[in-house]
Amino acid sequence: MIRDITIGQYYPVESPIHRLDPRVKLSGTMIFLISLFVFSGYLGYIIAAVFVSCVIKLSKVPFRYIVRGLRPVLMLLLITLLFNLLLTREGEEVFSFWIIHIYDEGVIMAALMAVRLVLLVLGSSLMTFTTTPNQLTDGLEKGLGFLKKIRVPVHEIAMMMSIALRFIPILIEETDKIMKAQQARGADFESGKLLQRAKALVPLLVPLFVSAIRRANDLAFAMEARCYHGGEGRTKMKPLRYQKRDAAAYIILFAYLGVMIGSSFLF
Amino acid sequence: MKKNMLFTDKLVFEYIRRDEEGNVESITRALDEVNLEVKRGEFVAILGHNGSGKSTVAKHINALLSPTEGAVFVNGMDTKDEEHLWDIRRSAGMVFQNPDNQIIATVVEEDVAFGPENIGIPTEEIWRRVEESLAAVGMTAYRTHSPNKLSGGQKQRVAIAGIMAMRPDCIVLDEPTAMLDPVGRKEVIRTVHELNKNEGVTILLITHYMDEVIDADRVIVMDGGKVVMQGTPRAVFSQVERLKEYRLDVPQVTELAYELKKKGVPMPDGILTVEEFTAAYCTAKGKLQESRG
Amino acid sequence: MEAQTKAGDLRECMVLDHVNYVYGAGTAYEKHALQDINLVLRKGEFIGLIGHTGSGKSTLVQHLNGLITPTSGHIYYRGNDIGAADYNRKELRGKVGLVFQYPEHQLFETTVVKDVAFGPKNMGLSQLETDMRTFAALKEAGVSETLYDASPFELSGGQKRRVAIAGVLAMQPDILILDEPTAGLDPRGRDEILERIAKIHDEGDRTVILVSHSMEDVAKYASRLIVMNGGRVFCDGTPKEVFEAYKELEDIGLAAPQVTYLSEALKNAGIALPYNATTVEEAKELLLADWRGGGR
Repeated sequence: MIRDITIGQYYPVESPIHRLDPRVKLSGTMIFLISLFVFSGYLGYIIAAVFVSCVIKLSKVPFRYIVRGLRPVLMLLLITLLFNLLLTREGEEVFSFWIIHIYDEGVIMAALMAVRLVLLVLGSSLMTFTTTPNQLTDGLEKGLGFLKKIRVPVHEIAMMMSIALRFIPILIEETDKIMKAQQARGADFESGKLLQRAKALVPLLVPLFVSAIRRANDLAFAMEARCYHGGEGRTKMKPLRYQKRDAAAYIILFAYLGVMIGSSFLF
Repeated sequence: MKKNMLFTDKLVFEYIRRDEEGNVESITRALDEVNLEVKRGEFVAILGHNGSGKSTVAKHINALLSPTEGAVFVNGMDTKDEEHLWDIRRSAGMVFQNPDNQIIATVVEEDVAFGPENIGIPTEEIWRRVEESLAAVGMTAYRTHSPNKLSGGQKQRVAIAGIMAMRPDCIVLDEPTAMLDPVGRKEVIRTVHELNKNEGVTILLITHYMDEVIDADRVIVMDGGKVVMQGTPRAVFSQVERLKEYRLDVPQVTELAYELKKKGVPMPDGILTVEEFTAAYCTAKGKLQESRG
Repeated sequence: MEAQTKAGDLRECMVLDHVNYVYGAGTAYEKHALQDINLVLRKGEFIGLIGHTGSGKSTLVQHLNGLITPTSGHIYYRGNDIGAADYNRKELRGKVGLVFQYPEHQLFETTVVKDVAFGPKNMGLSQLETDMRTFAALKEAGVSETLYDASPFELSGGQKRRVAIAGVLAMQPDILILDEPTAGLDPRGRDEILERIAKIHDEGDRTVILVSHSMEDVAKYASRLIVMNGGRVFCDGTPKEVFEAYKELEDIGLAAPQVTYLSEALKNAGIALPYNATTVEEAKELLLADWRGGGR
């Protein structure tokens, strides 16, 4: 169940997008998200969609794989659709039944909102599909390095993120194991009312926390033994250096943002 | 002094338990005047059951713990000396029991690079070291893999490579095989022996599996926070009775020879292998037949 | 094998009939974890289940208490198909007790007694019955009375493990399965746990299944060995029968106990023992007999 989530799962292929500096991809994602909110009018949708499709094509991540990543947000998508459909009271009524009244404006709004949401998820998941978690944290650490000056522990946050990424699969496996072991002692995680179910989680959560703390303790020792002492004086095996292609990518990104902003003035 | 890689002088360590108000509740003496000496290039094994103090010794060598009394010297440096902390940890690397809880990165080669990164090695040099270390433990083929997909033995080899990349003089392994299956155990022990032989790394192997210490240069047995036996594996395993007292295992053939001797079969002490046993038994039987003529 | 077992007996047994288990079917991770497993596990047996990591032994034991359902094939317990839609699998878990690897990692209650009572409580037993079973199990597992009200997190490794085993015993299972109960313990802890398990087996009429990596351990305690390899049953028989085939065992990365190799080495040196020893005790008897008869 938890394993089905493909959002954020790195897809290992060689592509121009994969090769980009993670900082470019991080700011690219930001720019794309902003662009989705600055425009109004159909042209903006078309430009954004074309842009995303081009990037997907370049990234060589199979379209099907990306769509699978949309599944977890399907529920959210449906709810927004429904709200837009039911709560918009403008334009002509196209359908009415009992207390449900649907107007044509509502249909359009709902459709546009859905497209916007899909574009949003596609854009942000592309980043994680093409960037390893380590590159991502490196990118964050270096890209946000200026925050160190105002005493934001950027290195520590990045280190925590990468450790979390390393341990999530281990903890998922552990959850599965503890669940089975408690089921072998007759525990029931599936039936009962909400309160009962919450109570049933105690035999799962306590051992899980105990184990997580034990692991954290071990890991702290292991890191210290390997001379870890914060970000100071640390070198990198794979330091981030901007290449020509990154500059090109930045130009394209800003050009895209310009076009998007321009398009909303045109119509 | 410089000849010694590791040296402890009447090392005492006490765990102090305090209650909520900070009053001392109990004091447990985990190490009681331990004197150890490990020479450069030696392969030394420490045997002992849980709670014998063997892991506490290991943590002192890496300066993860500081002695209550006495002193620990690594490469001539006092571990109490804050100034040398990183030098000590670099020259005496440590591998822990749980393979999952000591791998930091999500890619094998990046994990191996973690140590060198911490001590500020330049990038090109890190690449060279990662390459060499992975080759030394035979894990080059897995350099871009995720550690989660590896077997326990492979994970431990990655952890060892991570230590090797810091170019240590000595590696302390604290029960590195306790959580592995027999295949993984063999893998790790073989790797450690290779490093000792080919790279000249001093090894201090802490374990409770007797079959892993047979090929060591020296075996130290600990019990109740003290060093109780010390010597070559043969000398130590000659004393089956004492080892049993400390609730330690001996190889099956060693035990068998001991049992037979008790029943009057003239078997020598300290038999370690099937071959030695067979030869000794045949000799004994030959003499018996001669005497009966 | 079925032929050897009387029809009446089968009702007391666990029968695995052409059990297959495939996970991740249709994906890149597809794996045939169990292939055509046919076994009869008889009442009161002490079975050693061996094989290295990934051989399918852990998957197999999880089938026995219904945590995993076979992809195809059937498992019958006391004559009933445990895969049937109307079969009470929760009750089955009380009858087939499974102690996982590192079971102490599943302790969660504030006291030892409460933790052990978790199983019987889940079975819906009365307080009195729960208490009785809890204390009986603690005793059976060899947990000292002074620890009953202690927090399970304050115990030593060996004690924790015994408490965890008591937690399964408290359900009073007919079949007790232990997945590598000695993993991570030192020789002292290992011997204590194994002696305890042997005692639990000898004093009741339970079937005990011991999943292990250690040939020495299973040779010493089990009366029947099942060796798994690549999701299949590689061989099945008494320790003696299985270790006779030590060469085949080596082919799949396993080995017989050292004394078995010694028996072979002695044979090659001209000292033929009547059969190959599998335990030190046995080797001692054989060699003493040889010694006393020697020189003639």
